[in-house]
Amino acid sequence: MSSYLKNVWAGFYTAVKGMMITSRHMFKKSVTIQYPDEKFDLPANARNKLVLDMSRCNACTACAIACPVNCITVEGVRVSPEDPHQEVHADGKPRKVWVTRYEMDLAKCCFCGLCQAACPSDAIKHTQDFEYSAYNKESLYFKYQILTPEQSAEKVRLLAEFKEKEAAAKAAAAEKAATEGKPVAPKKAAPKADEASEQ
Amino acid sequence: MESTNFIWDLMGKNLWSVVAVISLPLIFVLIYALVAILAELKVSAWIQERLGPMRTGPWGILQPIAEVIKLLQKEDITPTAASKILFNLAPYVIFTGAYAAFAVIPFSEAYAPANINVGLFYIFAVGSFSAIGIVMGGWASNNKYSLMGAMRSVSQVISYEIPAAVAVLAVVVLTSSMNMMEISRMQEGGFWNWYIFGGPGGWTKIFMIPFTLTLAIIYFIASLAETNRLPFDIPEGESELVAGFHTEYSGMKFAMFFFAEYANMFVVAAVVTTIFLGGWTSPFGSFLAGAGWGAFWFILKSMFVVFLQIWIRWTLPRFRVDQLMYIGWKVLLPISLVCFIAISFFSLLNLG
Repeated sequence: MSSYLKNVWAGFYTAVKGMMITSRHMFKKSVTIQYPDEKFDLPANARNKLVLDMSRCNACTACAIACPVNCITVEGVRVSPEDPHQEVHADGKPRKVWVTRYEMDLAKCCFCGLCQAACPSDAIKHTQDFEYSAYNKESLYFKYQILTPEQSAEKVRLLAEFKEKEAAAKAAAAEKAATEGKPVAPKKAAPKADEASEQ
Repeated sequence: MESTNFIWDLMGKNLWSVVAVISLPLIFVLIYALVAILAELKVSAWIQERLGPMRTGPWGILQPIAEVIKLLQKEDITPTAASKILFNLAPYVIFTGAYAAFAVIPFSEAYAPANINVGLFYIFAVGSFSAIGIVMGGWASNNKYSLMGAMRSVSQVISYEIPAAVAVLAVVVLTSSMNMMEISRMQEGGFWNWYIFGGPGGWTKIFMIPFTLTLAIIYFIASLAETNRLPFDIPEGESELVAGFHTEYSGMKFAMFFFAEYANMFVVAAVVTTIFLGGWTSPFGSFLAGAGWGAFWFILKSMFVVFLQIWIRWTLPRFRVDQLMYIGWKVLLPISLVCFIAISFFSLLNLG
């Protein structure tokens, strides 16, 4: 009998205790974040949309080489010393390479962060922006440019002209040296094929 | 005796006033059901530290309307193997049972749709209608889950009507009236006159307080079982029986089950309010008392009981069938009988 009454009391008491617990939770602050209206802070190393800072990029292709899914395409051309259009790079020095083509396909990107780690000039970065969904893959194909296509062609032509001129000067110097019989100190190696290797 | 229906006073007894008297509780049920659905969503959300619906209207207050519109738009399916007449009749039988009980509920001293002398008896009579409707729906669906839900529901309702009836009978012993308006009127004069606190009487009524309090709790628990609410929702038992007796229902017929459940919740809350919490009487004696305030107090108290039902639903898990029967027959019934006998004894001594 006493155990029966004890049982009944325990049943009632525990139910009331449970209700007290739920009533405490009733007045606690809700954990819901009303997403499109409220946003929460992502961790500082969150890897979301890839963004490139063209004023820092040197077209070194480190990112393109590091990328495991080949979503980055880079082409660059050296700045011709005779180019009247010179630009100061973000690190304060004159720009040495024009980025003629920089394309990344974020539909392919796997957000591994390797390009960010490989970049020597902190140009490519994963940002906190994750709201860039699109209805077609084409709108996830980002093309960065600081030069118009005509300007790019112009830069390529200028560099080719400069190289030609340099080669001619070198040939003339070599000829001169040969005729004068003086050994010519080996000049600084002529710039190699400046076009950055394409992926 | 003054009139207990202000519509008769205002309009006299004609066809229009009859329509008004009939439709006033219906309008109340519809509005109340929307409020209760919203309360259910919001209270469950708050208990789980969520926000609940927030997008439909300010703070999501239009969510129940959106849900009803959604249910209205849905396809009304009758399974080919179902018994068509019973299947289509069942939701309306349940809703009729729930709605018919509103006829005797004393909303205020100036409004009880029908002030009949056997109000409590009538509520128990029409309250059992829901069991018939559930069995009809469960049987006619031609679905094993529906049938099992219906059978469980009947066993549950029959088991729990007995302690509920004993608890109500104890109050009837004290009031010597089954008229709900009379019972409310007897509890006038402040909250210490409510039957949950022993009812009106001298200081000797304090001996009755433990018994009436216990009976109020017993009636409340039994009413949860009668309305198939958690923790007694084994007729629906989502994890066991898909959706129980309304597995095969969709669209408006499902909405009728939905409305009937909430209407039933209000009916049992109104009974608790009337017989234990003083009905339409003000808790502060003659302060804030009157016909209009009566309706306010009645609805406030009933909504508090409905809130308690929702609160319990989101606190306790479901009972097993054997536990349900144990509680009904071995706990609630003996204790309610003991309290009933004690109260009968006290009223025989005529201490009050």
